[in-house]
Amino acid sequence: MSAKEKVLIANGQGFWGDSILGPIRLIREGPIDYLTLDYLAEVTLSIMQKLRARDPKKGYATDFVAMVDRMLPDIMEKNVRIVANAGGVNPRACVDALMEVAKKHGIRGLKIAVVEGDDILGDLDALMKSGEEFKNMDSDVPLAGVRDRVSSANVYLGAFPIAEALDLGAQIVLTGRGTDPGLVLGPLIHEFAWGLKDYDLLAAGTIAGHIVECGAQCTGGNYTDWRKVPDLATVGYPIIEARPDGTFAVTKHEGTGGLVNCETVSHQLVYEMGDPANYLTPDCIADFTSLQMEQAGDNRVEISGIKGMPPTEFFKVSMSYGDGWKSTGQLTISGPDALEKAKLASEIVWKRLAYDGFEYSEDERLVEFVGANVCHDGIAIPNAGEPSEVVLRMGVKGPDRQKVNRFGAELVPLVTSGPPGVTGFAGGRPKATEIIGFWPALMKKDQIKTEVTLFES
Amino acid sequence: MVKVALSRIAAARSGDKGEGSNVGVIARSPAAYSFIKEHLTEAVVQQHMLAVNPGGVQRFCADNLMALNFLLDNSLGGGGSASLKTDAQGKTHGLALLRLELEVPEEVLEATPKP
Repeated sequence: MSAKEKVLIANGQGFWGDSILGPIRLIREGPIDYLTLDYLAEVTLSIMQKLRARDPKKGYATDFVAMVDRMLPDIMEKNVRIVANAGGVNPRACVDALMEVAKKHGIRGLKIAVVEGDDILGDLDALMKSGEEFKNMDSDVPLAGVRDRVSSANVYLGAFPIAEALDLGAQIVLTGRGTDPGLVLGPLIHEFAWGLKDYDLLAAGTIAGHIVECGAQCTGGNYTDWRKVPDLATVGYPIIEARPDGTFAVTKHEGTGGLVNCETVSHQLVYEMGDPANYLTPDCIADFTSLQMEQAGDNRVEISGIKGMPPTEFFKVSMSYGDGWKSTGQLTISGPDALEKAKLASEIVWKRLAYDGFEYSEDERLVEFVGANVCHDGIAIPNAGEPSEVVLRMGVKGPDRQKVNRFGAELVPLVTSGPPGVTGFAGGRPKATEIIGFWPALMKKDQIKTEVTLFES
Repeated sequence: MVKVALSRIAAARSGDKGEGSNVGVIARSPAAYSFIKEHLTEAVVQQHMLAVNPGGVQRFCADNLMALNFLLDNSLGGGGSASLKTDAQGKTHGLALLRLELEVPEEVLEATPKP
């Protein structure tokens, strides 16, 4: 395959729940070579494991299949290649669903590759026997204590298996858990034949991926100076225009809303950042303090100079486990005296629960008066004044499901047995839902085998 | 010296990072960056965000981006799915930090475009 001089890689889905209009407009409104899509949050894989346990045909991102169903003729006509982590914990079931979609549209010869090997839930005990402790990266506690409550365990794979899948000719590459920037780095490795030791180039592709991985967050979404952003309603999702030497531009389709400048890109560069000089991935360590950035036209930022270092010998593992129960509910309380009445109402709830034998410690309960500075608690707000109404939001949590559930039954009665002006109780009694705890750990890379398989319609 | 909110000379974005959050602060000019690098210390940020973050604060610098990155290590009420807070992901912590009032020299303000 002859190497191109540049390649256009877009991201149309920044997280599980992002708008379907992102990918639709990227495909429709201008040229792109690759479309990357992220459907996995940390708790998503746990939910998918539960869905698959009930039905072996489930456990992947159904939103992705719906998007392909709407856009497949355009995807084929424009020859857009797609890389998505929509496979979840059941990528082969996702392939089956996509093949059904292809059949419906009368499309033959659609090539779909799956990357597998990230899901280690079934191998956990064997891995622990062989010496992996899966110590929690934050608390340093070994996994053994919560092992029986683990509901998902996935390794963050790197970008090379994605490149391998593209080398096989796949139009669509489905992965499970992998790094988010890897969705962009994979196509770059494939197109430009970057090697395992090209650390500066791998770091450049990683930072390109980091910039676009949250969709519109680098094109004007969630931007401090929001009044300067034109037409967020039609916001263009980001596109990387990458070159073989590791330099790239960040841009978006012409005619779309939003804003790409050094400030909007900087906002995303610092997002979810730890030490900017040491951004760890399975493929390299990227140094965000090495990059140079320059405005190079309307809605176009050029990035160069990126340095990288060899990766560590570990994969990061993302595990989830049942960590108790929680319940939250809310009521709206109008003025006059909204805040004073809301405070009284919250005390009434705790007293009635205590009368019935249910007391919750300070750590197990929360009261918020939404509208009276909840988000910026403790920070003086100039000219705040008395709120004309507040939302009383209360919650409890703990290991005892029944005790957590009992709380919800004392919130709604405030409508008739609390102070006046209590409303907004639609939705009924709050119920206990399970808390999915997140357990980050490291494991040796040589314990993991990845596999790439190609399917054709 | 003029008393202004940090938002006059910097922008910010925040999000969840394990059981805490990170706040990236981006200066609006080189003069503003020099000023915040000297004055927006871990101790200042910790004091301002105390009610939101009863934990510690760690700072990193990225001179090339004119940015400071702060890690607030206990700002999410338990973090992720265990938090009962409205802002369980720290999405609003950047704007909370930008409310900080500082005494800023006039020459820094003159060298820094208004938002």
